[in-house]
Amino acid sequence: MTQSDPRFHVPAPHVRPGDTPDFSHIAIPPAGEAKRPAVDVAGPETMDLALGLVRVLDHNHQAVGEWDPKLTADQMREGLKHMVLTRVYDDRMLKLQRQGKMSFYMKSTGEEAVAVAAAMALDNGDMVFPSYRQQGILFARGRDIVDMMCHCISNSRDNLKGRQLPVHYTWAEGNFFSISGNLTTQFPQAVGYAMAAQYKGEKQIAASWIGEGSSAEGDFHGALVLASTYKAPVILNIVNNQWAISTFQGIAAGEAPTFALKGQGYGLATLRIDGNDFLAVYAATQWAAERARAGHGATVIESFTYRADAHSTSDDPSGYRPKGEDAIWPLGDPVERLKQHLIGLGEWDEERHEALEKELNELVIASYKEAESFGTLHDGPLSPVSSIFEDVYAEPDWRLRRQRQDLGV
Amino acid sequence: MAKMNMIQALNSALDNMMEKDPNVLSFGEDAGYFGGVFRVTAGLQEKYGLDRSFDAPINEAAIVAMATGMAAKGLRPVAEIQFADYIFPGLDQIVSELSRIRYRSAGQFTTPVTIRTPCGGGIRGGQTHSMSPEAFFTQIPGVQVVMPSNPYDAKGLLTAAIENDDPVIFFEPKRLYNGPFDGHSGGALSSWGAHPKGEVPEDYYSLPLGKADVVREGSELSIITYGTLVHVALAAVEQEGIDAEIIDLKTLVPYDIETITRSVNKTGRCIVAQEAPRTSGFGAELAAQIQEDCFYALEAPIQRVAGWDTPYPHAHEWSYFPGPQRFINAMREVLEA
Ligand SMILES: Cc1ncc(C[n+]2csc(CCOP(=O)(O)OP(=O)(O)O)c2C)c(N)n1
Ligand SMILES: [Mg+2]
Repeated sequence: MTQSDPRFHVPAPHVRPGDTPDFSHIAIPPAGEAKRPAVDVAGPETMDLALGLVRVLDHNHQAVGEWDPKLTADQMREGLKHMVLTRVYDDRMLKLQRQGKMSFYMKSTGEEAVAVAAAMALDNGDMVFPSYRQQGILFARGRDIVDMMCHCISNSRDNLKGRQLPVHYTWAEGNFFSISGNLTTQFPQAVGYAMAAQYKGEKQIAASWIGEGSSAEGDFHGALVLASTYKAPVILNIVNNQWAISTFQGIAAGEAPTFALKGQGYGLATLRIDGNDFLAVYAATQWAAERARAGHGATVIESFTYRADAHSTSDDPSGYRPKGEDAIWPLGDPVERLKQHLIGLGEWDEERHEALEKELNELVIASYKEAESFGTLHDGPLSPVSSIFEDVYAEPDWRLRRQRQDLGV
Repeated sequence: MAKMNMIQALNSALDNMMEKDPNVLSFGEDAGYFGGVFRVTAGLQEKYGLDRSFDAPINEAAIVAMATGMAAKGLRPVAEIQFADYIFPGLDQIVSELSRIRYRSAGQFTTPVTIRTPCGGGIRGGQTHSMSPEAFFTQIPGVQVVMPSNPYDAKGLLTAAIENDDPVIFFEPKRLYNGPFDGHSGGALSSWGAHPKGEVPEDYYSLPLGKADVVREGSELSIITYGTLVHVALAAVEQEGIDAEIIDLKTLVPYDIETITRSVNKTGRCIVAQEAPRTSGFGAELAAQIQEDCFYALEAPIQRVAGWDTPYPHAHEWSYFPGPQRFINAMREVLEA
């Protein structure tokens, strides 16, 4: 069997394992260039923002242009802290997974700003429908770390009673919806939730996140058509981290130059932003939230970023992309960029940063010790076995009661 | 002959078929360049080119529909759905389209598509990587449903599925990919290397769809099952020292009624077993048909071994999984009656 030229087009990435990492094909417009329209702008007038890239932090780590959200140093230090915590937590959980303490883990390394800055720009009362890679939202909203860990190690204090894979958090109190393993299902749900909040006369809006690979699902298009038809107060985020497990973004994008542009087909407001720029993510989310709250409808935001680590603990990226890509990602590291910005302002320094990392590391280690005292997946205690029959329905019917008896619990 | 695990055996079937028939294409999420998250399609793109083994966007409905369109044009597409739990966005395309094209066009169009998908639990996959949704598909007139339990059958049946002129939903019990599994969660992992069904010809062969295997002959009772539970049933029978006959169905639609009735008429006692939730599972169909066909031979009510009517739990996976003890309880029940 000999290979010939493919008879139909199948996109392929520029480089593969063994090649030298190269992002020279990615155009990066200068920071500060994008215009910031009024929040009541008509969706189609944001076409240029779907094709450009909203960036605030320039290569000297200075905040420039109309999109600068003009945050106080305290706000930025808080954002930095949540991002560092997210990273430290992810690193520790990966190690613990490798030691067999949990069945599975998914890091968000390199994408911390996407979750943390958005969460900070939203009200804590706004409802979020995340994917499995926005743990940063939980830190920004102040969720107890021990509780997060108890979920991940599926122990007796797991608020999900051991039913979900690790990182598939739910936290109703923090307005954080139940994360699904089934991709993109949350996108149209967020629209429905936002409409219900409107119906109830509340000022609450909803926001959802999916990966760029997930934008291929029908539910993506369902969400956009609903958001457009009902002008729903919702923010629909596409996190373009370049990879969907082993498939590069081109498999989902096809001929579309950007993911944000897909929103234009539905007449929605569209922004494409530097996802590794804390200030850009904050500003874009703030803009979209204001627009939604004022009744001008939904915004589609593409956060352009890079998945710096493996897809999950079941994945080894060396099989499909060159090593070292994260180090040369042209938009840098979100933590480093905000840190340097604060240092440039005279509001931060290396010593304080090191001390912060140390403090958060210790916090995470201590939290894990405490979490483990409530049990681990392998050694227990877990939630009672009988709990597997609970919550299927409001009340178990005769079948579940019989089955529980059969199991003897 | 070569030693193969189930992944290698399936890969070998695809390789043989792609070699043999240029109309055979393989695609799915992560199934092209990388060769699939379970590596079943590894090496095929390199060998056969980008347009014969390729990555698909994450849209199961579109994947099934693309396969349907290709098949209508005379290709024999093999679509991978990464996990059976993720087949549901494609369900409408299977139920309303793929399965009915032959019927509604009065045979003017046919759609010989094979949909491969890993199913089943026992890998700590939680509720979205553990389902056994085969029964849903047995309710769809026009598709055939297959689930092998070992590498040798997997290869022969996948070959037959691809060659079959009707659509086939081909379930791969992922707990068996790397070795047989007796259902004891804490036990050592075994490999296919030592198992007779891990001996697999490298060359093309096919096994007939619709034919079951008697994997253990016995006189006291019949256990009718498929997939992972074939091995669990064998282990339970050995453990309990009962002379049970065990039937591995291999094909669910159309199931091998002759082999079943021959066995049940002989033993007079029967257990049907599935990993899926109990209510309306495939076991329910088997039990109904067996009582119609073998009522006067039955000496005890048919027992069902099944998963609970709950989503597949993560931490308590082994309390959900129908392991050897649940088989032993059912055997005692059916023998005492
Ligand atoms: C409906 C559905 N199909 C397939 C999968 C398997 N799967 C899990 S994650 C993933 C890739 C998702 O990539 P992307 O949307 O880019 O998100 P990222 O992981 O990069 O954050 C796939 C294919 C799934 N979980 N759900
Ligand atoms: Mg992605």
